Amino acid sequence: MVKSSQYSQPSEHRQAEFETDFLVVQDLVKAYPSAGGDPTVVLDNINLTVGANEFIAIIGHSGCGKSTLLKIVSGLEQATSGGVFLEGSPIKKPGADRMMVFQQYSLLPWLTVRENVRLAVNEVCDHLSPRDRTDLVEEHLAMVNLTAAAEKYPDELSGGMKQRVGIARALAIRPKMLLMDEPFGALDALTRGHLQRQVLDIWERNPQAVMMITHDVDEAIYMADRIVMMTNGPNAHIGEILEVPFDHPRDRTALRESKEYYELRNHALGFLDNYFEQMS
Amino acid sequence: MQRKLRTRAAARSGQPKSVKPSFRLPLEKIVLPAIAFLVVLLVWWVVAEFFTTLMPTPWQAFVDNLDYIFNPFFRRGPGNLGIGWLLLASLRRVLIGFLLGTLVAIPVGFWIGLSPRAMTAINPIVQLFRPVSPVAWLPIALSIFNLANPSAIFVIFITSLWPTVINTALGVASVPKDYLDVAQVLEMPRWRQMTKIIWPASLPYIFTGLRLSLGIAWLVIVAVEMLTGGIGIGFFIWDEWNRLSLSSVFLAVVVIGLTGLLLDYAITLIERWATHRPAKAM
Repeated sequence: MVKSSQYSQPSEHRQAEFETDFLVVQDLVKAYPSAGGDPTVVLDNINLTVGANEFIAIIGHSGCGKSTLLKIVSGLEQATSGGVFLEGSPIKKPGADRMMVFQQYSLLPWLTVRENVRLAVNEVCDHLSPRDRTDLVEEHLAMVNLTAAAEKYPDELSGGMKQRVGIARALAIRPKMLLMDEPFGALDALTRGHLQRQVLDIWERNPQAVMMITHDVDEAIYMADRIVMMTNGPNAHIGEILEVPFDHPRDRTALRESKEYYELRNHALGFLDNYFEQMS
Repeated sequence: MQRKLRTRAAARSGQPKSVKPSFRLPLEKIVLPAIAFLVVLLVWWVVAEFFTTLMPTPWQAFVDNLDYIFNPFFRRGPGNLGIGWLLLASLRRVLIGFLLGTLVAIPVGFWIGLSPRAMTAINPIVQLFRPVSPVAWLPIALSIFNLANPSAIFVIFITSLWPTVINTALGVASVPKDYLDVAQVLEMPRWRQMTKIIWPASLPYIFTGLRLSLGIAWLVIVAVEMLTGGIGIGFFIWDEWNRLSLSSVFLAVVVIGLTGLLLDYAITLIERWATHRPAKAM
């Protein structure tokens, strides 16, 4: 693909990006036992590598197993065969080095915004002094503009604010990798765009490995370095991986004016439509 | 211009109409219940006037009770105490029995909520004893304690167990998986998952159980005291009936109702304080 001159700004992180196979998904199969006898295969032979500073989006129709893939990477679910390796060592159980941002936020409703972030920091950063933990919490609340709402309870927040707490909580424990399960899926369009920008800002300042599940092609192109497109389940596998040729930091308006953006978008939508027709 | 004026005038004349409903609402909330209470008083009056000679009319009951109402804490010899003392004696029994019951019920509920095997073991016991009227335990308690007061407390203890056990177990077993996922991703040890996630997440259920328990305990104490005698609001009712002093019985009914209301309200206050969320309507 051609790089647009509009996006020729050099960014440091891209050089280091593909040097290591930071996260490796190898021959991964996930199957559930079913009543009929033959197990239902959800994910069939997935192979994927993610660089240390790479933003990966995984896109596919509902029920294609993309969330299951993310859960296996997080350790919340186990692969039937094959494996996932983070920096060479196999992932067997959940860990704070792969922090999740949940679609339904998963904030604890009996804790304030600050206490929600603090709980995560207390659990993971037990080597830090209470003072350093406080600093860490405040820093990340400020990062997502929630300092003013720090004393509020999740019930009192809008969806967008809740997800900002989820993001602050995830980033505050300094994970090696961020796993996002349709993080903007439950938000209205305006809030979604705003929050995408905010997350991208944070990521552009401190790039790290991100795996994001989405069903929104525009979101994937705007945010990700590569887009993994899944075929429909059962027996879902990786249909195609798209390189997104635009450099960071990205400007949504400028992106929309470029021809490549539309080529990419049409290609991705074509892929999804193709599978959608097969399904129906 | 003229049309503008007209629309503005229309808007102005329309305004009081749109304000009225919100203005009427609090008034409705007082007037409608007041009408319902008046209907009850009317029925009482009709029954007292035309169907029985024993029952006082509402007004007569009120006049008869003026002494009790204005001097709730008199002591005029053994067994002749103001209704405040009787109420406190009953409350004391209920609160002791309820607290002891809670101390047993919450840990047991927590345990069977966490462990399906414990649930299998204990659930039949709960299901068997839950439908038993707590008063049925009184002879058993009397045979153990040989005294009225500990027996009454024991019955309240048994009463308080079941709703709290069941609701605590339900709360613990239905902690949203999302919260547990968060705990797992943060690599929380099992013990801290219980104290930091499962306990606070099931608190609203536990409080539902506590409210049910205390409500039933307050119902049961009246019956228990009728049987055991001694000092208490339940025995007061039975004693006054034996003297054919129905006015005092009506007073006791109102006092028991108001106290039950206050007990329930007290628990919702504690719940709000403990969970930072408003109590569910029951």
